Amino acid sequence: MKKGYLDMELLRFTTAGSVDDGKSTLIGRLLYDSKSIFEDQYAAIEETSKRRGDENINLALLTDGLKAEREQGITIDVAYRYFATPKRKFIIADTPGHIQYTRNMVTGASTANVALVLVDARKGVLEQTHRHTFIASLLGIPHIVFCINKMDLVDYSEDRFYEIQEEVEAFASKLDVQDIRFIPISALKGDNVVTKSDNMPWYGGETLLYLLETIHIGSDHNHIDCRFPVQFVIRPHSDQYHDYRGYAGRIAGGIWKPGDEVMVLPSGFSSKIKSIDTFEGPQQEVFAPMSVTITLNDEIDISRGDMLVRANNQPSVGQDIDLMICWFTDKKLVANGKYAIRHTTNEARCIIKNILYKVDINSLHRIEDDKSIGMNDIARVSIRTTKPLFFDRYKRNRITGSVILIDEGTNETVAAGMIL
Amino acid sequence: MKAYNLTHLKELEAEAIFILREVAAQFENPALLFSGGKDSIVVSHLARKAFFPAKLPFPLVHIDTGHNFPETISFRDSYIEKIGAELIVGSVQKSIDEGKATEEKGYSASRNALQTVTLLDTIEEYKFDACIGGARRDEEKARAKERFFSHRDEFGQWDPKNQRPELWNLFNGRKNYGENFRVFPISNWTEMDIWQYILMENIDLPSLYFAHERPVFMRDGVIMATCDYIPLKPEEKTQTMVVRFRTIGDMTCTGANLSTAASLEAIIEEVSASRVTERGTRSDDKRSESSMEDRKKAGYF
Repeated sequence: MKKGYLDMELLRFTTAGSVDDGKSTLIGRLLYDSKSIFEDQYAAIEETSKRRGDENINLALLTDGLKAEREQGITIDVAYRYFATPKRKFIIADTPGHIQYTRNMVTGASTANVALVLVDARKGVLEQTHRHTFIASLLGIPHIVFCINKMDLVDYSEDRFYEIQEEVEAFASKLDVQDIRFIPISALKGDNVVTKSDNMPWYGGETLLYLLETIHIGSDHNHIDCRFPVQFVIRPHSDQYHDYRGYAGRIAGGIWKPGDEVMVLPSGFSSKIKSIDTFEGPQQEVFAPMSVTITLNDEIDISRGDMLVRANNQPSVGQDIDLMICWFTDKKLVANGKYAIRHTTNEARCIIKNILYKVDINSLHRIEDDKSIGMNDIARVSIRTTKPLFFDRYKRNRITGSVILIDEGTNETVAAGMIL
Repeated sequence: MKAYNLTHLKELEAEAIFILREVAAQFENPALLFSGGKDSIVVSHLARKAFFPAKLPFPLVHIDTGHNFPETISFRDSYIEKIGAELIVGSVQKSIDEGKATEEKGYSASRNALQTVTLLDTIEEYKFDACIGGARRDEEKARAKERFFSHRDEFGQWDPKNQRPELWNLFNGRKNYGENFRVFPISNWTEMDIWQYILMENIDLPSLYFAHERPVFMRDGVIMATCDYIPLKPEEKTQTMVVRFRTIGDMTCTGANLSTAASLEAIIEEVSASRVTERGTRSDDKRSESSMEDRKKAGYF
């Protein structure tokens, strides 16, 4: 057996940057050096590269899965890639860096523990660096790693590296970011990606892979505020489990034990946890992000969309909610428009009461005189829902603090929202 | 102080269980597509966990090409009996007999593509609004772009350029009448995760996955099982080899690997040392660079 495989942790990261920043080369190198590219895959892209007349093997072909993407040489959609080292399994959400694809970056960032932002050492901080950093902070990614790439093309200059670092830090100080790291790399030559570079003795830090393998992600879930959105009610109707009534769901926060006092929202009734059941048997202690089934001592009417919490630590309950939204579709947001809203396992309708401002994601300025919200725009809005939702601030809990809006005519997901 | 961390397999399991419960909650008439291969066996195992102590709230659906390995069919029947699930079989032979599908001709004739016809007909006949499948994003490049909840229009088609964004764990299963969804709970699993999970959970598999002696022949560098469904070319000769199958489709499109791995531990050792993807022996993927994407657009699994 591969050693330690059963003890590995899962780390999800996004990569942002355009093709020119060497993003595909970096991903290609991580996959290649961790032996996650197979010979038949390599042979297939080698053949395609040759047929298209590319000089080198184009590692971007690995991630560009759709015919249209290969034809146009661009990435249209989020591509998911996987690799593992003996320490961790990694899921890469590789998102296109062009401005028109903000929605993909937001999508990839929503579940990430780490964001890699690539900066070309020759060009330094560009508008898109601001954009990527802003989105990573907006989506609450706990760690942002700036990979200052193409160091080989600036003579591995220490001065250049620190110059860029200072520029990023000045910009990032205006954002809510918890943890920022900087690594000078050359994805093409392999400096500081998997192995430490001899070309930059002045850099005393870690390689990128080592950082990804060791960065602390144990605190990325909320283990403080008990939140259990009821997803599905399990009623076996069998002789053995005649009166069984289990509330199935994925824990969104807190640590739960049998015997705990719980309160049910929206009814406000209280009860105690009788058992926490899984296929393997009853559990003594469970936490986010586990999927479990909870039974209670008392028979209370509970259904999908309800939430179990602690009486002394309740989420906000209300119909008037302030959000930052990212708009996903060509059809513009309609002021006073009505949309379906999904929040945890709950569903309601809402009306856009007020558009406060739009954000210029390059300068971070608030735009208050143009409130037309279209594809890829980020804006602050206030909504009113048809029934109360039970929510936390997004900064406090990414699961109970996030919503999506759905166009009731087309059924499309038109926006992602983070509760302020 | 105790660390509240999940291992990656437990986290993937929790994610898959969440998706399966979401299907049961959001759809009226879902089904689980069951091929008898390791991935769909893992998905049905996860489904048993998701709804425990209740039984599965949906039937298993097997699209039977009529060219399956006999080991797959006998495993399927005993597995269904063991877990007490309902089984619906969609027959490709029936689609051919009814003139809805046309049998391919020639030495490399396969019913692989015909499965789409039978699958879409079965979905329509039983009015399934969501079909759960065991596809993984690491299998194939078109699948790397697939969503957990994948919308299909009234013709069962996939539109890869117009997919709904999926954020956090909010899944939008809304649809118009006649449309349906494909749902892939193990999207984020790799082949290695699947094998490790099978070992961890002690899950039964068809004997085909383990090394055994079998009459085989070579075609285009691939070891194929000798069977009634594949006519041999004059120069092709049957011989006996010790092989195992890394993936299981039907007999006409699944190649074997020379292997002596007869236990899960040995298979894991072999998979971790392998330099070729598991679909490397699948002739259905080799027809063109975008054969999977084309088949998926048309409504394939």
